[in-house]
Amino acid sequence: MIAFLLKGILRDRNRSLLPIIIVAIGVMLTVMLTGYIKGILGDVVRQSARFETGHMKVVTQAYFDNMAQLPNDLALDEVAALSQNLSEHYPDVDWVQRIKFGGLIDVLDDQGNSRGQGPVAGLSFELYSGAGSEPKRLELSNSLVEGVLPQASNEILMSYKFADKLDLALGDEVSYLGSTMNESMAFSIFKIVGFIRFGVPQMDEGTIICDVEDAKVILDMDDASSEILGFLPKDRYDKKRSYEIADQFNVSYQETDDEFKPIMLPLAEQGELKSLIASAENMSFIMMAIFLFAMSIVLWNTGLLAGLRRYKEFGIRLALGESKGHIYRSFTLEAVMVGIIGTVIGTLIGVSFIWYLQVYGLDISGMMEQVESSLMLPTRLTAQVTPELFFIGFIPGLFAMVLGNMLSGIGIYKRETASLFKELEA
Amino acid sequence: MNTLYFRILLIGIAIYFQQGIDAQTTTAMDPVYILEQVDANMSAKNRIIHAKMTVHGRRKSRTIESKSYSVGRLKSYSEYLAPAREKGTKMLKLDNRLWIYAPSTDRTIQLSGHMLRQSVLGSDLSYEDMMEDRSLLELYDAKLIGEETVNGRETWVLELRAKVDGVSYTKRKSWIDQERFVPLKEELYAKSGQLLKMIELSEVSRVDGRWFPQKMVYKDMLKKGKGTEFYIVSIQFNASIPDHYFTKAILKS
Repeated sequence: MIAFLLKGILRDRNRSLLPIIIVAIGVMLTVMLTGYIKGILGDVVRQSARFETGHMKVVTQAYFDNMAQLPNDLALDEVAALSQNLSEHYPDVDWVQRIKFGGLIDVLDDQGNSRGQGPVAGLSFELYSGAGSEPKRLELSNSLVEGVLPQASNEILMSYKFADKLDLALGDEVSYLGSTMNESMAFSIFKIVGFIRFGVPQMDEGTIICDVEDAKVILDMDDASSEILGFLPKDRYDKKRSYEIADQFNVSYQETDDEFKPIMLPLAEQGELKSLIASAENMSFIMMAIFLFAMSIVLWNTGLLAGLRRYKEFGIRLALGESKGHIYRSFTLEAVMVGIIGTVIGTLIGVSFIWYLQVYGLDISGMMEQVESSLMLPTRLTAQVTPELFFIGFIPGLFAMVLGNMLSGIGIYKRETASLFKELEA
Repeated sequence: MNTLYFRILLIGIAIYFQQGIDAQTTTAMDPVYILEQVDANMSAKNRIIHAKMTVHGRRKSRTIESKSYSVGRLKSYSEYLAPAREKGTKMLKLDNRLWIYAPSTDRTIQLSGHMLRQSVLGSDLSYEDMMEDRSLLELYDAKLIGEETVNGRETWVLELRAKVDGVSYTKRKSWIDQERFVPLKEELYAKSGQLLKMIELSEVSRVDGRWFPQKMVYKDMLKKGKGTEFYIVSIQFNASIPDHYFTKAILKS
């Protein structure tokens, strides 16, 4: 019967083409919205992971308790040994050291007097030191307004608004005053080699970026670091794996009460990101549920209409002696086949589009120049192909459509053989 | 009759002397008088202090040695002598401006605004604490609120409330040694009433005819840690200090 029905679907396009197109479009939209929402959430997580959290972050317990104050006096000590230990136990993870610091930037005039100054937040990465994974990961080149990335000691990037405020040009030198890890005074002279735009007002108004080795020298952190960040293979976040590694690591230190013991925090347990991920997941679930419900109504309606459109055909088949049950079963099976064909087509188109966005992305840097946000927003919009994209379309495309058909098909049982010819004549 | 006149005269004399004694006691307990005496001990026309400051951090302690020269309320110059990382760092304060010179960069940075509220070298003292040297009488209205014993010495407890704007601490509580007119303990409060700092002063000794504490322990109540100890190695009052010590040229000399 399946082969017979399939022939019918393929040969009688008047009755199958429109339902298949509608199912395919509905499923495609469902798949695209789901992948897009996953992509947005993934982008925010990726961006935060790159700059702020890593997939896992190692800090001291004392540093964690005062994290907002950037307390480098409470930073990790003996980090060379710790990094080696991490690399040996988790060789697939890229472990990088980062130092955050605060201080004051001062600009001198020709007479050696201060002509401008402002508080600054410093970020340091393995830009020209280290294994070279950080510049690629951070995509700083894409955020450069002017200039190049630091290539040598004491070269920095400065946020463009801060530079504007201090009337600075590329190549200018600025003085830095801050505190070392031992809380002595830290002084340095930096040369500006690039201006950078983060798109986050607080960062654009007072941030500098330098190499982590420079920060170590200036802040007297020879074998120390504010944080060690871990990135999973191919920089792909895996929530389960990040929790596994963090739990394993923390177990080895659970016996000690030392406030300077290292602790590892998985991405989803860090600061605002924890609540952000939870609320974003809830929001995306609600949005998808509403859309799924709406699409299901549309496709259910399509099924109902299919039953009504074929009212006359069912009458003829009954008049020719076909049983009601057989008509109902064949009608339902035909709906299942139409649903499957439409869903497969819609899923393929939707996943292809999402895959394209995932691989190539959509450059929105032009739009982002006008946007100021408290979140670090990505300049390239991407979507994410996830396993659920391959089956989520079946909910509206198959189940809702078939249910609609089955409901409308119940009408077959209410047809009276006696009145069939009258109905057909009409 | 003569006896009666004599008795009245005696009573009058007695009342007169009693009033005199009362007046003297009142003067001694007048908070303004107490503050005047404290200022007379603690303030000077100029002074040279060689001091060691031990900062007890959460991880380790370190001692910083410095020599400071100050004239009146407006001029102060300090040079750090140890440890090696701090050696040669100089600070110059003129009025409400503060310059810091770092030999490692051969540059001078001027501090102002909220930066002056930052901790000096990780200690429990802020730059404002170091710069604030106006007399207490000039800044605060005083009220005597009690008497207590501190480290075995009788003290008057004064509550001081700021009477001018721009004071670092709008309220202070001071325990003043009743005999030597030197504060032995102080609590410094924010406008909100939150206790910001505690200072304990001890090892009071006689220097150039005045009482002066040789050891001060500062505790920033908003920071974890064991506080900062400030020891005076030597102190000279009203010494001769060359004028060029209070010019920016001294920083790079």
